[in-house]
Amino acid sequence: MITSEKYVLNMGPQHPSTHGGMHLETIMDGEFIDDVIVHLGYDHRSVEKIAESRTYIQFIPYASRLDYLSSNLPTMAYCQAVEKLMQIEVPERAEYIRVIMGELNRIASHLLFVGSLCQDVGATTGLAYCMREREKILNLIEMTGGQRMLSSYMRIGGVSDDLPPEFFPAVKAFLDGVPNMLKEFNGLISGNEILQGRLKDVGVISKEEAIAWSLSGPNLRAAGVPYDIRKEEPYGIYDRFDFEIPTADYCDCWNRYLMRIEEMEQSARIVRQALEGLPEGEFRTKIPRILKPEKGAEVYYRIEGAKGELGFYILSDGTEKPKRLHVRAPSFINLMVLPIISKGERFQDLICNIATLDPVLGECDR
Amino acid sequence: MNVIENLFTGLGAMIYDFLIWLTLPDWLAAVILLFLKWLLIILVVIVDVIILIWLERKISGYIQQRLGPNRLGPGGCFQTIADTLKLMGKEDIIPRTADKVLFVIAPAMFIIVAVMLYAVVPMGKDMMIVDFDLSMLFFISVASLGTLALFMGGWGSDNKWSLMGAMRAVAQMISYEVPLAFSLLGVVMITGSLQFSEIVAAQENIWFVFLQPIAFVTYFIAATAELNRGPFDMPEAEQELTAGPYTEYTGMRWALFFLAEYTNLVAVCLMCSAVFFGGWHGPAFLPSWAWMFIKAYFFILVFFWIKWTLPRIRMDKLMEFSWKFLVPVSLGNVLLTGVGLMLFR
Repeated sequence: MITSEKYVLNMGPQHPSTHGGMHLETIMDGEFIDDVIVHLGYDHRSVEKIAESRTYIQFIPYASRLDYLSSNLPTMAYCQAVEKLMQIEVPERAEYIRVIMGELNRIASHLLFVGSLCQDVGATTGLAYCMREREKILNLIEMTGGQRMLSSYMRIGGVSDDLPPEFFPAVKAFLDGVPNMLKEFNGLISGNEILQGRLKDVGVISKEEAIAWSLSGPNLRAAGVPYDIRKEEPYGIYDRFDFEIPTADYCDCWNRYLMRIEEMEQSARIVRQALEGLPEGEFRTKIPRILKPEKGAEVYYRIEGAKGELGFYILSDGTEKPKRLHVRAPSFINLMVLPIISKGERFQDLICNIATLDPVLGECDR
Repeated sequence: MNVIENLFTGLGAMIYDFLIWLTLPDWLAAVILLFLKWLLIILVVIVDVIILIWLERKISGYIQQRLGPNRLGPGGCFQTIADTLKLMGKEDIIPRTADKVLFVIAPAMFIIVAVMLYAVVPMGKDMMIVDFDLSMLFFISVASLGTLALFMGGWGSDNKWSLMGAMRAVAQMISYEVPLAFSLLGVVMITGSLQFSEIVAAQENIWFVFLQPIAFVTYFIAATAELNRGPFDMPEAEQELTAGPYTEYTGMRWALFFLAEYTNLVAVCLMCSAVFFGGWHGPAFLPSWAWMFIKAYFFILVFFWIKWTLPRIRMDKLMEFSWKFLVPVSLGNVLLTGVGLMLFR
């Protein structure tokens, strides 16, 4: 009688496919996964604690270090949270600029998702193509905020500066290239049978379980729940745009991947509409130098981040610094289903599962 | 023309005559000549690998819309040499818990096995070190020895990643050995010989790729798996197993594995052009050995192209593909060839 033993395989914190400092203690039965224990904290910078010793304005750059792949979205969420707390009105033009930059950054984040997925399944060329397209967006972000990745372009009361004149032809050129880019991806990446074989029926989670584990973002929409905060509870000026929420009815790696591809198309659509409707006017309102919300005021504000529902909870104690700031990080909550979807699958599938859950460790650990 | 054509064979004869002139006994002259031939082979292999690594980087660069190495020398052609120097200067680490004997032998064995293949691989007309009547059998059996070296390395490292990579290597290479051998069987049936020189000579009028297209395709796929190249680079699988059996290796030991992989690649491609693409036959304006290498390099480029385009396949699908598809197809090809021989001969 042949017997086998289970063994522990420590994946990470230094491993090419953990997308950052993450340690997965995988209990393996041969090539099959029996259990995964996720150990986090390698990227912990105590952002939430730092917030308690910074003024409201000083915290903006820290927010961009949360989801560093789409830095305009967390900074926007934070600024809008403070604006809601202080009842600051934002000029129309600033709202449009925020939508443009946010959606562009969402495309950049999804591009990196596709690229790193390709890299993880061994198709390095896919990564190179995604990086090429992402480069164009990073150039656009550089034009506005000066920084390429960790942009602090969003400010409380608006944005830091008006869009520069050279931004408009560049963004138009990018948007014109989007259909072509997606066509290329569909040919090179989605159309590849090996990739489909790697992703289909892998890492399946049911609709009920997805809701129970409070998945959000594209991962939840792949399970067939058309839940997108941009539609559900429109923040900013999202109710003015015409766009669709792509959904699928089977949450495996393949559909999670497809959701991103389709969302890129929708985001490009929103950017096009926002550019058309961009009004003239101020890009920022005057706000006091020192923001002091009244004592005990609290706010929870959520937006649809690139990874899912991104929320900021701020509690004020009447001083210029928040008493408590909490981030609802979608990456962290999405990552928690990893043991469930990986159980009983092969080790190679674990790589796909991590990649398609799309965690950003800066946001997971905070 | 004749001089270039007979450059290497003529040189060999000259050295032999010179040794006889020195009044050395026949057997000693033959041994010295054999030794010199091996030296030449090792030289060719090393130069080939240096070129190939540079070529692969350059080509993968162009496929990925970047430039590839471009700093050191024209077109970055000295990059590999610089890398080799760097690897030589690296610390040689043997893990404390490793099985030291296996750990040290494995890379050496891998490269020795890879170079052994060149004993029978033809590099041009009459340019084989040994041309004996079972050379193809020798090629297939020696090629499968490399698996053992990988397994030794993986087992000896005492690392779970290495062991997993080694197990995958064994499983994959043994399963793909079968269709590889069967696909060559069709050619053997037509020529009635296992000798490379006879197989190539039989292709004077028509290349076997036209007589045995199915065999060629199965050979090519099985060879990709044998070589551990993408999309079948399971054992290495950088993104999953960090580096498979090579995880614990550093410096020149690691480089030896690398060297052997490229050596195998060239051998398999030479073999492919010899068995299916007419070997040294080609228009006479180029010498036979040039034709041999041009054809082999063409296949090397195809291997590069495939590797840099396709994602890695999953292990279980890889095995399924071998046993449920390639093996029946190559067996069917053997049957088809037999029927064809019955009808047309």
